[in-house]
Amino acid sequence: MKRILNTLLLLLATSAMVYAQEDLLDILDSEQEEVETTVSSIFKAQRLINGHTVVTRKAKELEFLISHRFGRINGGIDQFFGLDQANIRFSLEYGITDKITAGVGRNSFEKVYDGFVKYNLLEQKTTGTPVAVTGFSSMAIRTADNFAFDDDDFNSKVSYTHQLFIARKMNENLSLQLSPTFVHRNKVLDTQKNDLLALGIGSRYKLSTRMAINFEYYYRLTEEITTDFKDAIGVGVEIETGGHVFHLQLSNSRSMVERGFITETRGDFFGGDIHFGFNISRVF
Amino acid sequence: MKAIYSLMCLLMIVSLSAQDRYLTRTGEITFFSTAPLEDIEAKSDKALSIVDLAKGQVAVDMLMKSFEFEKKLMQEHFNENYVESDKYPKAKFSGTFNPSDALKAMEDGVYELDVKGELTIHGVTNPVDTKATLSVESGKLKGEVKFNLTVKSFDIKIPSVVAKKIAEEVEVTGIFNYEPYN
Repeated sequence: MKRILNTLLLLLATSAMVYAQEDLLDILDSEQEEVETTVSSIFKAQRLINGHTVVTRKAKELEFLISHRFGRINGGIDQFFGLDQANIRFSLEYGITDKITAGVGRNSFEKVYDGFVKYNLLEQKTTGTPVAVTGFSSMAIRTADNFAFDDDDFNSKVSYTHQLFIARKMNENLSLQLSPTFVHRNKVLDTQKNDLLALGIGSRYKLSTRMAINFEYYYRLTEEITTDFKDAIGVGVEIETGGHVFHLQLSNSRSMVERGFITETRGDFFGGDIHFGFNISRVF
Repeated sequence: MKAIYSLMCLLMIVSLSAQDRYLTRTGEITFFSTAPLEDIEAKSDKALSIVDLAKGQVAVDMLMKSFEFEKKLMQEHFNENYVESDKYPKAKFSGTFNPSDALKAMEDGVYELDVKGELTIHGVTNPVDTKATLSVESGKLKGEVKFNLTVKSFDIKIPSVVAKKIAEEVEVTGIFNYEPYN
């Protein structure tokens, strides 16, 4: 009887010892609470190609963005594949709070001044909120005259764009964005419509920690009589070095202002009307 | 003889249930890097740590995303480009030390310890051999540690363009206020 008791005790003791020898790291693993964290770096820049992303600047961050679009590469050697012509947009974009960013820019194409405000409504979370959502409103003023208009006063040079960006980082490498867009142009030709709806589709695919492929397409939902204008398509490479983001891209639009590239892109991408361009973004 | 044997068995069980383990969920870990152009500092106060005084074991487990930087963009770069927090969410340490009887008995005092162990960051494990202190003051156990690690040994790449901003060597400090854990 006593023998059995002893054996039992010994068994109990050894089993307790085995339990005690479980790895301390395993204990910590089970103690680590599941925390809901914000999914960061859905996109690395405020621009994908021409259009904005859900990204806003954090409070007190100032971004200086320089963008170039050259002429059409099918201009041939005579135009040095488009590099003879260039238009440029400079902008300063500032994070007022972590959620609100405002910016002003000037595009040499049609001499357009633009200003925008962006508001980050939702952040994607690891658990819970599946998407990040940012609202965007901009106003653009063309200062170059448009001779197609008889009476091209100040009022007719103004256009407005309102967008909603809905983005999700699908996995470590792939991020997608939908961008329902409304553009209002104060004055248009008879063949055009003042109000135009479009749906933007964008993606970023990470090739390495510092390089990604970006794609952007704006599908115009409003039909116009004129067939002069095409949907904007762009594809580019993104290179990131701490503080700087470089974009090298090909697109069929010349303008870098929403009204311009969403509603008045003239190039036929698959016909070779492609503009080489780059964005250089520096955050201070 | 048999009685002694039984007693020993009983003692073993009793000794195991004594208070040897201490845990904290709010361990403070700071890292500091100083380079010609920029000093970088990040802090987390959410590190988990457990210490077993009887066995002389210690472990730390923390989420890399819990590190907070003064500049948000720097924090994003840290998680995205350097430590790749989505792929390697945690930093872990597990080590051993030689506890004195006084420390085991939780007598007031400051105990200098040599801690040897393994640290895993960015999916890479390196041996760590460092001095640490455990101090006991009226039943409260506090741990402190400071050591240097080289970024390269954890396979964290620093591109040459930012080499002047990020130091090769980083100073890591940890402060843990432990609570009894069963």
